[in-house]
Amino acid sequence: MQVYTLLMTISVKYFAGLRERMQRAEDTLPAQGVHTVAEVWSKAARGAPWPPNMLAAVNQDYAQARSAVKDGDEVAFFPPVTGG
Amino acid sequence: MTIQLRAAPFDPWQELARYQANLNQAGKFGATACFAGTLRDMNQGDTVSAMTLEHYPGMTEKYLEQISAEAAQRFAILDSLILHRHGALAPNDAIVLVAAWAEHRAAAFDACRYLIEELKTRAPFWKKETLEHGARWVEHNTAPR
Repeated sequence: MQVYTLLMTISVKYFAGLRERMQRAEDTLPAQGVHTVAEVWSKAARGAPWPPNMLAAVNQDYAQARSAVKDGDEVAFFPPVTGG
Repeated sequence: MTIQLRAAPFDPWQELARYQANLNQAGKFGATACFAGTLRDMNQGDTVSAMTLEHYPGMTEKYLEQISAEAAQRFAILDSLILHRHGALAPNDAIVLVAAWAEHRAAAFDACRYLIEELKTRAPFWKKETLEHGARWVEHNTAPR
């Protein structure tokens, strides 16, 4: 029986000022026990609270803190957007 | 319907002229509306000497395409164009060009406004200004009116 443990991860990306504060652009987190965007943040930030105004995306679509996350997803965190 | 990200400076007026010349809608459109955004050398009372525009490769293009598709559904336009810079910009560089073509001006104006406002609200871009002493992230966009 093969066990695909290597695939059980969530890819996390940070952008702009948040990337600078995290001092990294991305993380790969174990997917086990992580079911929502809020839980991804909590794990990535080692329990730090959700920063005010921080936005999130799952698989490159805007998401809420309560949005579901599953194995293999790409989750991104970033400040309010300022393009144009 | 075209969206493009540009790493190098572009001239929005040349781009607009070229795009319209290649539009195979000649004789069909009676109205072109456009918006060009340019980097100022001043913001919030501080001199801005340069700017870095960060984006989220993949998601940014996805949202620009989505916004363009929404504009085409909501307004009677024949075509639309979004060009957006990223990377290192200097004052007077074009940041964004948005244009819409329609039979009549109302749809062209409305679509152009929709494209730029939705882009500013939803497309993942972030501006970091270089000032005389250090740098700062722009925290939010100005209100539409």
